[in-house]
Amino acid sequence: MGASVKVRDLTISAGDATLVDRLSFAIEPGEVLALIGESGSGKTTTALALMGFARHGCRISGGSVRIGEVDVLTLGAAAQRQLRGRSVAYIAQSAAASFNPSRTIMDQVIEPTTIHRTIKRSEAEAKAVALFRDLALPDPETIGARYPHQVSGGQLQRLMAAMALINDPDLVILDEPTTALDVTTQIEVLRAFRRVVRERRATAVYVSHDLAVVAQMADHILVLRDGRMHELNATEQILAAPSHDYTKSLLAAARPVPREGGKASAAGGELLLEVKNLSAGYGPRDAQGRPASIILEDIDLKLYRGQAIGVIGESGSGKTTLARAIAGLLVPSQGQVVFNGRNLKPDLADRSKDDLRRIQIVFQMADTALNPSQTIERILARPLEFYKGLSGAALQRRIDELLDLVKLPRAAAKRLPAGLSGGQKQRVNLARALAAEPDLILCDEVTSALDTVVGAAILDLIAELRRELGVSYLFISHDLHTVRAVCDEIVVMQHGRKLTQVARLDYDRGPHHPYYELLARSVPELRRGWLDEIDALAGRSSARAAVLT
Amino acid sequence: MESNLTSAVPLLPDEPVPALAAAPARARRRKSGFGWSGLLGAAVLAFWVLAALFGPWLMSQSSTAMGGAKVFAPMSAAHWFGTDYLGRDMLARVIDGARYTVGVALVATLLASGIGTTLALLAAATGRWLDAALSRGLDTLTAIPSKMFALLIVAGFGSSVPMLIAAAALIYVPGAYRIARSLAVNINAMDYVTVARTRGERTPYVMLREILPNIVGPMLADLGLRFVYIVLLLASLSFLGLGVQPPAADWGSLVRENIGALADGGASVIVPALAIASLTIAVNLVIDNLTSRSASTRGRA
Repeated sequence: MGASVKVRDLTISAGDATLVDRLSFAIEPGEVLALIGESGSGKTTTALALMGFARHGCRISGGSVRIGEVDVLTLGAAAQRQLRGRSVAYIAQSAAASFNPSRTIMDQVIEPTTIHRTIKRSEAEAKAVALFRDLALPDPETIGARYPHQVSGGQLQRLMAAMALINDPDLVILDEPTTALDVTTQIEVLRAFRRVVRERRATAVYVSHDLAVVAQMADHILVLRDGRMHELNATEQILAAPSHDYTKSLLAAARPVPREGGKASAAGGELLLEVKNLSAGYGPRDAQGRPASIILEDIDLKLYRGQAIGVIGESGSGKTTLARAIAGLLVPSQGQVVFNGRNLKPDLADRSKDDLRRIQIVFQMADTALNPSQTIERILARPLEFYKGLSGAALQRRIDELLDLVKLPRAAAKRLPAGLSGGQKQRVNLARALAAEPDLILCDEVTSALDTVVGAAILDLIAELRRELGVSYLFISHDLHTVRAVCDEIVVMQHGRKLTQVARLDYDRGPHHPYYELLARSVPELRRGWLDEIDALAGRSSARAAVLT
Repeated sequence: MESNLTSAVPLLPDEPVPALAAAPARARRRKSGFGWSGLLGAAVLAFWVLAALFGPWLMSQSSTAMGGAKVFAPMSAAHWFGTDYLGRDMLARVIDGARYTVGVALVATLLASGIGTTLALLAAATGRWLDAALSRGLDTLTAIPSKMFALLIVAGFGSSVPMLIAAAALIYVPGAYRIARSLAVNINAMDYVTVARTRGERTPYVMLREILPNIVGPMLADLGLRFVYIVLLLASLSFLGLGVQPPAADWGSLVRENIGALADGGASVIVPALAIASLTIAVNLVIDNLTSRSASTRGRA
């Protein structure tokens, strides 16, 4: 049973800037409160402050945090250390970065008990095994003997939950614990988290930017923006009748809306790209020319001019490798890429300038896709000079046009990428691709690193560019919602193979390949009780399976 | 900003554009110029460079005249830094030595860093066999102890200023190469370099425009360090009598010549040692300020 948490006028500042401004809220024992907001809204900063911790350069400058009877902020450093890991536990976003690779999982899971000397090692191990079982981990008896690299990301995330719960904390803080996971893994982890939180009646704070996930976990939702509370209400209330405009926009962005992409007919259109029987991989090649580790096998794909095709799959399914092979960054071991009716050379270096111009690639991380030492103007000018030979006033005019096209202020031209926000960088990224006036843009997870609202605006832009300029897209994503919103057809990939292809008209009309159905089912829906229904469904089908066998 | 968008989302400004004025005051101050430590370093460095360029013409005392003065004389109005083991004016000797120390070390450092960085960019941008050949080739050079290598070169080709520059540069190319290569390989893996390649850019463009600007900061810091190493290498070569040959003398030779004064705490051995220290510290102060400046203009990345 958890303790109650009372936060009053919490203020956190960094230098002159106020990160969190007089935040007050309370959590009843055994309740889950969600902190939701976009990046930079102060949600993680607030969550860390509940442990009396401020990141380097930040300072908790006012207010009080009360967990049960303890006033956290008035405690000394030693007393706060006593508190952390014992009465307050923290589950971070990246479990992979939080585990020590050179120690066994069991050693690390029971470490909080040895640090705080709460229980004996044998008891702690027994308790850990019970937790592993509750968290639905495979081989609960022996999984502790493994090292972190020997379990999957989703399992590691659940093991971190076991580490957090081993001392029966009064308060558990979950900081985006499923954001880095694939949808099908996320659902497992969510289910496990919810079960342990409910069974233990733990008080929890769940930090996330994903409303649909939060809807399954939280009793109350606190909407944060720029360090200020915009709305705090029961989950049902927020989902059904949000009172604040910002909450409304968050909700709207979280609901997938198909964007009209213009007239792209698969039947009568001109074939732009055809991928035939493509295989690719990494490592040395054997006598038959097959690479040591094969990432892609026998991919066939047709894309008509003006069409947008989505490629979806979990991490490791080979979707990015497909884009790299089409772009010529990776030489396929077998098969061809036919573009505009001609065979493309497999290696980038052998392709003509015009072929290169016609296919542009836009990467996921706008941070690493823009050279930090070049101004936006320089970044956009280069493809214009390189492909079109523009200079002087014509070049300047075209840069301005491009900035208008992606809806960036012209003043942004003089800035360096570091002076722009994530969404703005992604717009520059798109503008650079458009500067080449390509036929096809390969979009690799372009919205994955962005907040929901910003990502939705980028999707709008992508759809609008398609309507106005007639560019085609190969849109790679792990998020079915995103792909459905902008694409005419969806290619589903798993383990380097194309499983099925689904056209827009059939998105909701089954039956489809079971893996597509699984992906579709795994995307959290924006309503309470969705996870319970899924659980019930899963329970019925497993019961049926039991009867059948 | 998005007014003409048929948006599926209630209209919201994308994200507030972070105003430049919001940058912390400290960053702005640094952007506008050096900190006090940088200014101090720059002043000392400028002093020694000016001394090297114009010093000999301004001196009333000749650096070679032995005159009637006492050997190892203490500081006095006539001889500000005292006299050396032959009774020569120490101030004139130090200023004369600045030409060798500053000139040889500076040229050798620029050569070593320049060659190392260029080869590293080439290796990172080209990759494959060229990278392997360059890396292993330069590793072989590292395997030879640097002072031994310098001794071999001087023994083989004689000691002259160009020879000293060449030897010092050659010895410090592998170190500069290693650091520059490890930085460049990281940058080479960035998406913007991939974008440049898919655009069809040639290797020189990738090297100079995409990679170089992003490794300049750390390479400048390395340049400062390398300068210190080279000054010390030259000083120790001179100390061994293999550097600049008498009657000319760099600061290292001055220390060696006057080592006899050490027992009496004579100015003639302390002053050149202090000169070496002040020069190396000054260069590093300047470099530190240069790099933090370029880091702050690049933004809070």
